[in-house]
Amino acid sequence: MSETAQAGRFRRLAESGRRRIQLTVGDGRIEAMEGDSLLTALLLAGQHLRQSEFGDGPRAGFCLMGACQDCWVSLCDGRRVRACTTPAEDGMVLEAIP
Amino acid sequence: MSIAPARIAVVGAGPAGIRAVETLLAHGVRPVWIDEAPRTGGQIYRRPPENFRRDAHALYGFESGKAQRLHRSADAAASRADYHPSTLVWDIAEGALHTVGPAGSRAIPFEAAILATGATDRIIPLPGWTLPGVYTLGGAQTALKAQGVAIGRRCLFFGTGPLLYLTAYQYAKAGAGVAAVLDTGPASAKRRALPELLTNGSMFAKGLYYLAWLRSRGIRIESGIDPLAIRGGAQVAGFSFRDSRGRGAEIDADAIAFGYHLRSETQLADLAGCRFAFEAVERQWLPERDEAGRAIGTPGIYLAGDGAGITGADAAEATGERAALALLADRGMSVSATRCADLERKLAQARRFRNGLATAFPFPAYLARKMNDETILCRCEAVTAGTLRASIGGIAASELNRAKAFARVGMGRCQGRVCGNAAAEVLASALNCDIGSVGRLRSQPPVKPLPVGLL
Repeated sequence: MSETAQAGRFRRLAESGRRRIQLTVGDGRIEAMEGDSLLTALLLAGQHLRQSEFGDGPRAGFCLMGACQDCWVSLCDGRRVRACTTPAEDGMVLEAIP
Repeated sequence: MSIAPARIAVVGAGPAGIRAVETLLAHGVRPVWIDEAPRTGGQIYRRPPENFRRDAHALYGFESGKAQRLHRSADAAASRADYHPSTLVWDIAEGALHTVGPAGSRAIPFEAAILATGATDRIIPLPGWTLPGVYTLGGAQTALKAQGVAIGRRCLFFGTGPLLYLTAYQYAKAGAGVAAVLDTGPASAKRRALPELLTNGSMFAKGLYYLAWLRSRGIRIESGIDPLAIRGGAQVAGFSFRDSRGRGAEIDADAIAFGYHLRSETQLADLAGCRFAFEAVERQWLPERDEAGRAIGTPGIYLAGDGAGITGADAAEATGERAALALLADRGMSVSATRCADLERKLAQARRFRNGLATAFPFPAYLARKMNDETILCRCEAVTAGTLRASIGGIAASELNRAKAFARVGMGRCQGRVCGNAAAEVLASALNCDIGSVGRLRSQPPVKPLPVGLL
C-alpha cells in the first residue's frame, strides 16, 4: 500500500493485491487499484470529495450505494459522475477538489 | 443477443428480484430483468468487483452459504433472462419502464412488472451529520464488503437495529478500529422483545454472538443512549451523547456510521400508480399489497422484498418467489398452491420476528421531534429543521408536499430519500398531529439524477 493511500480518510483493509492504476486529480496524481470506485480512490488519498453548494462545508459522500447523491464529482471531459457507483479507471482525469 | 418481445419485467436483482426471475424462468416465462448494480446480489449479498479475491465466508460470515446459493441462482437466471445490469429505471409511465444504461436510454413496454427495489438506511439528522467521515451503517458495511476499505481508523457506530451490531462486528473482525457501539434502544426493550425474537432462534443467536464477540474484544457497547451531536470542524472528531443514566459523554472518532433501521425504496411503485397506506410498525407509507405481493388497485404491478416493507433478506427471497407465482397465476398459468401457502406461512413468521426487532430496537422518533432549529435536515440543499418549521406558520403547510414547496425539504437531488422520513416527523411534531396525517413526499421522475444529454 502506498503512503499516499494511507494519508486519506478511508483505510484499505483487504484486497490489496490488485493491479495499480493512476488517476489525475487537478494538478496531482493519485494511485488506486482496479476495482476501486472513484469514491474509494479519492477518499483513500484525500479527506473529501466536494464542497456543498450551500456553503456548509466539505462533503465526502454518505450512503455509498447510489441513493443520497452526495458524492458527485467532475471529470475534466465535462462529465459529472456519482463517485460511489463509478469505477476508477486508469488514466482518469478529474477536476481539482475544492 | 436475441430479444423476444419482453412483456414481463422484474426490477431489482437483490434476493427478492433473483427469486422472482428464477421462478418465472422455471415456469417458462423469460422476463426482462433490470438492475442498477453492475452485478446481481443486491445490497446485503452485494458482490465486489470481479477482480476481488476474498472468499464468501470473509464477505458474508454466517450467511456465506446462503449468499453463494443465491449468487449461483442469480448467475443461472441472468444467463437465461433478458438481463440488463447497470441500468436505472428512472420512471414508470404509460405501460413502460423508462430506463437508462450502458446502451443508452430506452422505454421497455410491459404488461406485468415485479418491483423489488430494496431499501436504504433510515436516518434522523443531528448536528454534524454532514461532516466528512459520517456515513450510514449500510454505507459503512458496503465500503467494507464491496471495496475492502474501512471508513476511518477509529470508527464509532450508533443508532439502533440489527445492522448496528452486525456492521460493528464486521468492522472489528476485519481489523478496523471500533471506538464504540451505542444503541438508542434501552436494554429493557430487548428483554421485552424476547418472545417475538425467539420466533427466529437462529437469527436471534447470531445477534447474541455478534454482541458477545464485540464485548469479548473489550469494545464499548451501550444501550439507551441519547445522541447529541457529531463533533468536528472540517471533519469528524468525535461523538457526544448522554448515557442511559442521563450523564453527558464524549468519545473521539475519525469516522461515524449511524442509522435507525431501514426504509423502503418506494419511488417506482409510486410512479407506477400504486395506492399507499401508512404502516405503523414501519412508520412509513408503503404501497398497498395483498399477501402474495399484488399491488392493490394497480393490476399488473407486484411488490417484493424490502421495497414493500422491511422484513429482511430471507423474507425477501420468499416474497420474490411468491410475487412471481401470483403473477403467473394471474396470467392463467398453473402454480403450486402448496408452495404458495408455505411461502405465506414463512412470511407471516418473518413479520412476527420483524415486530420483535421493532420492539427490541425502538425507532427513536422523539429525536426528530426535538431536533434543534439549526440542525441541517436536508443535506442536499442544507435546509434546516427551523426552516421547515417556519414554513408552517401562516401558509398552512400542513402536508409534506406543501412544506416541500415552501421549505425545499425533499426537493434536492435525493428526492427526500435521506431526510423525508425525518422531515415528516419534524412536521408532525410541529403541527402536533399524528405522523400518518402529514402525508408523504410524492415521487417525481427521474427518480435519480440522469447524466445530461441522455434523454
